[in-house]
Amino acid sequence: MENLIGLFVNSVFVGNILLAYFLGMCSYLSVSKNLQTSFGLGLAVTFVLAITTPANWLVYRFLLAPGALAWAGLPQIDLSYLKLVLFIAVIAGMVQVVEMVIDRYSQGLYNALGVFLPLITVNCAILGASLFMVERQYTFAESAVYGIGSGIGWLLAIVSMATIMQKLRYANVPKGLEGFGIRMIVTGLMAMAFMLFSGITL
Amino acid sequence: MVKLLKTNSYKAISEALWQSNPISKQILGICSALAVTVQLKTALVMSLALTFVVACSNLVIALLRRHIPRNIRIIVEVAVIATLVIIADEFLKAFMYDISKQLSVFVGLIITNCIVMGRAETFAMGNPATRSFVDGLANGIGYGSILCGVAFFRELLGAGKLFGFQVVPQSFYDAGYQNMGLMLLAPGAFIMIGLFVWLEYTLLKDK
Repeated sequence: MENLIGLFVNSVFVGNILLAYFLGMCSYLSVSKNLQTSFGLGLAVTFVLAITTPANWLVYRFLLAPGALAWAGLPQIDLSYLKLVLFIAVIAGMVQVVEMVIDRYSQGLYNALGVFLPLITVNCAILGASLFMVERQYTFAESAVYGIGSGIGWLLAIVSMATIMQKLRYANVPKGLEGFGIRMIVTGLMAMAFMLFSGITL
Repeated sequence: MVKLLKTNSYKAISEALWQSNPISKQILGICSALAVTVQLKTALVMSLALTFVVACSNLVIALLRRHIPRNIRIIVEVAVIATLVIIADEFLKAFMYDISKQLSVFVGLIITNCIVMGRAETFAMGNPATRSFVDGLANGIGYGSILCGVAFFRELLGAGKLFGFQVVPQSFYDAGYQNMGLMLLAPGAFIMIGLFVWLEYTLLKDK
């Protein structure tokens, strides 16, 4: 249990998927102008990450990993090279399913997240989390916690960026740095702030 | 020479390198760009892998463009790109195992790299095969130029090395010079790329 809490804190702060591993930058940079939309997108990413990471764990464990097909009587087969294609397919499928389920049962949530869901399929944070989960050999519980933690970390980063950008509107930025340049530098400073949490050990 | 400057291929290349560089101007593909720039070597390998994928996917998709049904084009594009990425990934694992370990998941993430999808969608779907191939090549090089530029400064300032060889002489260290640890960490990459954009903006403004 302690291990899981440690992993959670680590994936939110020190190992923040955006600020330490640079994943999900594209949508982060294009959406972080408005607080409301940033929060919506952040929630949607958290939601999808929390579902796809454990789902991909199951796919990897029972279909792809070396020897995973032992239950089907084929212990020698190693399909791990197919993980890229299968993971992206699972993610695309999951996003579709999530969209339909939300649409059916919660109109309010659908209106809030709806626009962002299709965009998420190509968000590198989602595929990245699944690939990291394989590389670091997480267990099922760990991968679920890691998915939720990374999602919350991403949400935190994009929301704080949106707030900072609102303040920055009144700042006097050098001409060449306006827009993309200053955003990158602010992100850099934010990444430094998040790294301060690396002293915490649980 | 003048003739060469007027060809479409030249225009495509110069555009991808300067006026609409995928990273610094279109803000595409940063996702995977920053993590591999701690060392020049990994940045170079990553650029080559991406150039290969984007050029070949442009070529394949341009050849297929009349046969791909409009509605399922995204799926077809992803399938083509994913196949090429797997080839690149397996190649790196077989011939450059150490570097492939260092690049870890980032080669796989070329699939979701916006540059590749973007070029396939906007250019290769509407242009003949050779020009699409050149366009992909040019965009890969444009991406690589920023990547290697950032990696050059990060490795030089952060570790005093280039391609793993010591460049800053020992006498500097004896005189009190110190490596800049910040450059090796994630924030260094963000700040470096911000400064690069600034530099490029200032240089291009004169034109």
